[in-house]
Amino acid sequence: MQNEICCESPIIAGTAEPETNIQHPMEGLLRMDRMPHIWCSGCGLGSVVTAFVEGLKKAGSDFDKVAVVSGIGCTGRVAGYINLDSFHTTHGRAIPFATGLKMANNDMTTVVISGDGDLFAIGGNHLIHAARRNVDINVICVNNFIYGMTGGQTAPTTPLQARSSTAPYGNYEQPFNLVGLAAAAGASYVARWSAMHVRRLADSIAVAANKKGFCFIEVISPCPTVFARKNMGGTGLDLLKSFGERTVIDHDADPTKIPIGMNDEIVCGNFINEDRPTYWENVQTGIRDAVDKENVYWKNL
Amino acid sequence: MFKKSKLRGEFFMQGDIACAEGAVSAGCRFFGGYPITPASEIAERMAYRLPLLNGAFVQFEDEIASMASILGASWTGVKSMTASSGPGISLKAENIGLGMMMEVPCVIVNVQRGGPSTGLPTSWAQADMMQARWGSHGDYGCIALCPKNPQEMFDLTIVAFNYAERYRMPVFVMTDAIVGHMTEKVVVPPVDEIEIIDRRYTDKKPDDYLPYAVGDDLIPDFAKVGDGYRFHSTGLTHDERGYPDMTEHAQLTHAVRIVEKVKKHADDIILLEEKGVEGADVVVVAYGITARTVVPAIEMARKKGIKVGLMRLITAWPFPTKRIRKLAGEIAGFVVPEINLGQMVYEVERCAGGQCKVKSLPHPGGGIHKFETVLSAIEEIAHAK
Repeated sequence: MQNEICCESPIIAGTAEPETNIQHPMEGLLRMDRMPHIWCSGCGLGSVVTAFVEGLKKAGSDFDKVAVVSGIGCTGRVAGYINLDSFHTTHGRAIPFATGLKMANNDMTTVVISGDGDLFAIGGNHLIHAARRNVDINVICVNNFIYGMTGGQTAPTTPLQARSSTAPYGNYEQPFNLVGLAAAAGASYVARWSAMHVRRLADSIAVAANKKGFCFIEVISPCPTVFARKNMGGTGLDLLKSFGERTVIDHDADPTKIPIGMNDEIVCGNFINEDRPTYWENVQTGIRDAVDKENVYWKNL
Repeated sequence: MFKKSKLRGEFFMQGDIACAEGAVSAGCRFFGGYPITPASEIAERMAYRLPLLNGAFVQFEDEIASMASILGASWTGVKSMTASSGPGISLKAENIGLGMMMEVPCVIVNVQRGGPSTGLPTSWAQADMMQARWGSHGDYGCIALCPKNPQEMFDLTIVAFNYAERYRMPVFVMTDAIVGHMTEKVVVPPVDEIEIIDRRYTDKKPDDYLPYAVGDDLIPDFAKVGDGYRFHSTGLTHDERGYPDMTEHAQLTHAVRIVEKVKKHADDIILLEEKGVEGADVVVVAYGITARTVVPAIEMARKKGIKVGLMRLITAWPFPTKRIRKLAGEIAGFVVPEINLGQMVYEVERCAGGQCKVKSLPHPGGGIHKFETVLSAIEEIAHAK
């Protein structure tokens, strides 16, 4: 849909005189006064932002009641471009920041958008505990297999043998399987898509927006500037094509058994969609009787 | 919605509990915590109290998360607090900086124990005073209050919330394991009789609102999440819109402002208690528990005919520069006892500027200053006049 509108634009088509009143299709939901963004050409983050906005629209979310929280890194910059209540926090700490926000105002749909290094290396502990608690927040993790902003260092997702600026002879660390980890830690909803699957990704984001509990969506995203350059080469489009060719959609796959290798298939899908009591519900219902009983004592003070 | 605290009356109350009750009376309804001696009782009391008042208590996976969480909570307009001791404050440091940069009202309690590292978990010190001031990287203004007894754990925690709200920043309550674990009489006034200051919300419409625009008082008006302002806030240096601005100009305006806003209001923030300072030859500068333990030595010195006064720093930060500088021109010298190896004494020396003697009385923690040590220091300064 977005592409169709763009293609109809006279500027893109290059046929008519430039018009000055053309609106970006996501005008209002993007901070247009901050464009152009800082991301490299060929990066998957633009597609993720588009899918996020589309997903919220599909979900029918009240945009005044959505907060976006990011950590640090290329993906950490997402919060700054989305025209919602948005916070660009410290490295790895988006999830506890979002947890505090959500627990203090349960009306907010609270979405963490951050990268694989931010969420699974420096912030890994927060992710597994938020999933364990089943805090009612959504986490969109953009996985480009590398630390992009700092110049291409090894991430906890970097495949074995892949080169990075801190693995000049090839990576010798076992990577995390992000969906497996989120599922094992207790997430209520777990999905994986790539930046090529923009519609499926938007659908998952829409499901998560209206779902209670901890929702985790991994998005495989091309980084032509550092990951591709140090490894297979090619442009962002080449990487997207390769993701497409390697993708196997299997919603029934066991998320703990689908790690991503250097050239293996990438299993995508909506793997887990379960309902279990959220942290908020457990606070409200689980201790209500005991709290009410204690409040009787306080009433008599 | 949130309920008011109904606690009132006179109690035999532990310092840590009094701190939690002060927070509750001030309107704190979110607490993010992590167990640590000697601050755990604050978290335990909040875990008991906040559900009764429809607030939220979350015991996080670590100290870092608990600090990050109170920033997120405060952006919803809910007053929030965390409490810890030295090792935990070290872990919180980065997100304390985020709170300073984003200008988020919240309160951080440090029940100080001996350090460095794991140090003396069950014993006390006052060795994090400089950490409070400089513990997170970069420059920022700092407000820190030093209660000397459980009553002040209650009262000054309320003041800390008022300052946090008024000046839009994290504020420290710098107590120690003695005061935190001490049980004394605490008077809790009816909650409606307590002076409470709330943050100043913007009266602008969302389209006209600039999250970091300021007037003469250098304090930006607050908008909370969920009210349609759709604002952005970042730990990066930013402009009035809250947008990242990687320029010298932005650093000169914003980064300087978060230091200047505390300096500008320093006279309104600083709380001092002076006893016998006017006309004194020697002034003992002390804070927290030390301001109590040195009193017998001061009384003995007076009996011996020495004109000695006590200046108690109720706020350690901002430091009472003007007052100390003025006194330095009038007296023979300062004696600065503190349960660290010399921290606030640097400030006293700076302000004295060589006008009078400054004698540091360090103590590494786990004990208190001996009567004789303080007395002989006072005598030494008095006789050197």
